[in-house]
Amino acid sequence: MLKLREKKRRRIEELTEKMAVDVGSTGDWDGRWSHVQKFLERSGPFTHPDFEASEETLQFLLDTCKILVIGAGGLGCELLKNLALSGFRHIHVVDMDTIDVSNLNRQFLFRSKDVGRPKADVAADFVNSRVPGCHVVPHFKKIQDFDESFYRQFHIIVCGLDSIIARRWMNGMLLSLLVYEDGVLDPSSIIPLIDGGTEGFKGNARVILPGMTACIDCTLELYPPQINFPMCTIASMPRLPEHCIEYVRILQWPKEKPFGDGVALDGDNPEHIQWVFQKSLERAAEFNITGVTYRLTQGVIKRIIPAVASTNAVIAAACATEVFKIATSAYIPLNNYLVFNDVDGLYTYTFEAERKDNCSACSQVPQKLQFPPSAKLQEVLEYLTENASLQMKSPAITATLEGKNKTLYLQTVASIEERTRPNLCKTLKELGLADGQELAVADVTTPQTVLFKLNFTS
Amino acid sequence: MCVQCLMLSLCVCVCVCVCVCVCVCVCCSFFLSCESIGKNRAQAATEFLQELNSDVSGNFVEESPDKLLDNDPEFFHRFSLVIGVQLPESTCQRLGAVLWSAGVPFLVCRTYGLVGYMRLVVKEHTVVESHPDNALEDLRLDQPFTELRNHISSYHLDSMDKKDHSHTPWIIVIAKYLEKWYNEHNCQLPKNYKEKEVFRQLIRDGIRKNENGAPEEEENFDEAIKNVNTALNPTKISSAVDDIFNCVQCENITSQTSAFWMMARGVRDFVQNEGNGSLPVRGTIPDMIADSDKFINLQNVYREKALQDAAVVSKHIQSHLQAVGKPSESISEQDIKLFCKSAAFLRVVRCRSLAEEYSTDTFQKDTITSCMDSPDSEMVLYLMLRSVDRFYQQHSRYPGVYNYQVEEDISKLKLCVNSLLQEHGLSVNVKDDYVHEFCRYGTAEPHTVASFLGGAAAQEAIKLITHQFVPFNNTFIYNAMSQTSATFQL
Repeated sequence: MLKLREKKRRRIEELTEKMAVDVGSTGDWDGRWSHVQKFLERSGPFTHPDFEASEETLQFLLDTCKILVIGAGGLGCELLKNLALSGFRHIHVVDMDTIDVSNLNRQFLFRSKDVGRPKADVAADFVNSRVPGCHVVPHFKKIQDFDESFYRQFHIIVCGLDSIIARRWMNGMLLSLLVYEDGVLDPSSIIPLIDGGTEGFKGNARVILPGMTACIDCTLELYPPQINFPMCTIASMPRLPEHCIEYVRILQWPKEKPFGDGVALDGDNPEHIQWVFQKSLERAAEFNITGVTYRLTQGVIKRIIPAVASTNAVIAAACATEVFKIATSAYIPLNNYLVFNDVDGLYTYTFEAERKDNCSACSQVPQKLQFPPSAKLQEVLEYLTENASLQMKSPAITATLEGKNKTLYLQTVASIEERTRPNLCKTLKELGLADGQELAVADVTTPQTVLFKLNFTS
Repeated sequence: MCVQCLMLSLCVCVCVCVCVCVCVCVCCSFFLSCESIGKNRAQAATEFLQELNSDVSGNFVEESPDKLLDNDPEFFHRFSLVIGVQLPESTCQRLGAVLWSAGVPFLVCRTYGLVGYMRLVVKEHTVVESHPDNALEDLRLDQPFTELRNHISSYHLDSMDKKDHSHTPWIIVIAKYLEKWYNEHNCQLPKNYKEKEVFRQLIRDGIRKNENGAPEEEENFDEAIKNVNTALNPTKISSAVDDIFNCVQCENITSQTSAFWMMARGVRDFVQNEGNGSLPVRGTIPDMIADSDKFINLQNVYREKALQDAAVVSKHIQSHLQAVGKPSESISEQDIKLFCKSAAFLRVVRCRSLAEEYSTDTFQKDTITSCMDSPDSEMVLYLMLRSVDRFYQQHSRYPGVYNYQVEEDISKLKLCVNSLLQEHGLSVNVKDDYVHEFCRYGTAEPHTVASFLGGAAAQEAIKLITHQFVPFNNTFIYNAMSQTSATFQL
């Protein structure tokens, strides 16, 4: 880390020389950053070993430091506010969503008049006009729409995402930027990733230094599995109102096509929800199940997870504090995971998540697949999706056979899925795979293909 | 500053502030803009904050809290909750005293450099719906009530066909095998890990086998085995609930008694009579593998018993209401049902007053001393906050605000620390590093620390207003340097 710090400090010096800043011209009034300055211009007993009190660090924050915020929702709005008021002026924000009325209870950069507009755009506009000198650049895009050249320009990336898949993808992207020279990691290729997550009254904030500390995939087992009801329960043995609603959503809607052919169930369309609600009541009545309400119906269909403004405030604040510490070396950053819960009083727990020796994302250890040659490809597919450390979503498997790259199975393109589906019932031997063969697996959870080595067991 | 973060979540707010917006406020406040400079801070903030929620009624008073305490302390009586932010110690104490005697909850919030501080002052705060994270189910398998016993005996596992056998709720499965166990173990529950393991094996052996002698797939039996651990816990009342029953408020019912204590008494009467030492049945069961009929029927057995028990509790409550001359409608059936359902999770929070915390006679010497066994415990931050307040009292300013003051204020602040410790007879070690650090802070209020505390405080405020979930008791300290926190009862 020391090398990285040195390089950063050299960078600060070089850039401040290049950009002689006139405080007056940026519109900064006297005392504007006095709160921040106390931490940058005064030495102290708890600062990072690399910290040197200097007036240049503030300039670095104001003029040079580039931060990427991923997500402009509950956490994203808080993050943008926090960073802007901490002196960061060059901020990019990426969000693929538009504003929904249900966002307005906590995504405070938005008003009712903004419903339907892209979150990134509205958030950037608000912060830019409220915090003079701050320049937030919005991107109404998916994170996957950008490549390494985009991400490489940032000093620090902070995530306020609502999906584990997206986190893993981001994690993979930053890992792919790492440069190794003779097997040694070049610290200046590390872009710190600060990740925040919340659900109801619980939240967590973590600092990830790709290639050095535990990454998202190292701690995949920490994420609880998502609840999906078994089909037999939904189809023939409902017990809870939720089962009845899922029955209507999964089975009845596709069958009855109440709003026309090919019209998908839209959780934001009140007419759709009303239809599902009525049908769910009927289903529930058949089985003497009580408890189906309009609100529950909406909650189940939209997979609504309760969101509370206060938890987002707390977690985003912790994340932004870490961004500040890392950008300025003012203090030693969080090492490396903070858990928060305020159901009963307020509880925090801070610990160091450990790297996994054989992490499929960040370790250099080749991943192994152990199967007998008589195993069917289907079993390999199931392993990739069900294994707790891999948790892939729709893996595409390719292998080099007879000198050519052959797709064994791919789900995400309908025509290829149809063509390769028969391979699932074939054994590994039948497919021509050999012991020690390399399989390349691509998945939404990672921007880079994961290589597996196939070992035949007897 | 963090008051604005607080306001993001609250419904009705009145900002009291005499300060005029200065440039420094604007830089760390999101709800003030450049145009606000020169305006009264309360007024400007209120205007911006109202944007957030058109249903909120916001008002401001352009007056210092001290003046209001001098001239019109009753101003504060009308609120459900008063939140004090960045108040000097003397104002805080005065306000605390007024609110304590008026019975108004007081939440003190403060950020000082990278330290966040909250103090809750409320005489008694009752919670019916505490929503505990990991609540154990109330299944009564160790002491099945009559209707449950009858329902269980309507099942004959051995003679059931394959489908019924594998769709029998695990509660029934455990109950049946418990009967077998009782026969061989003198009606004693499996007590320890070893016995529970044997009991689990008993159930495992009950899984039907196919023609080849291999066990069939019976998920309900797998569930039963998984749940043996918790399902056989003896039904008992937690000490927290016991304490509630033993409170003087529960014993002495008068016409002033609140609904909470009335209902608590009703449940206590039930426990001591019809309940035979147990609370009213909660009435809910978790989802489990079963066919719809079996599940619903079992669920109804619990539900109906819960309704029955709630009706008995209601009778007890009615007789108390009558005895103190209050109409029976004073407490609704709905509230009684909810109370009974939540009976196992009732909570009462009582905080000591600020006067008790600060008095050299009643302060928490033991708590402070034992926490300081670890010299980097968040307790040292509490002592430093007390010390900077002492500094303010003596010098009419806080330490290290201007760069030239930092060096000389360190020794002055250290004197304050020492006098604080001496006056309280505390022989604890406050490292010089913390004295230096607090001078370095120079009352800086970095936005992210304020935002953290604002979010935390907002949620505590909501808990206090809604009486749902449990507020902290009574001092919360957040250390943004280490991203750690602690709660002390001072």
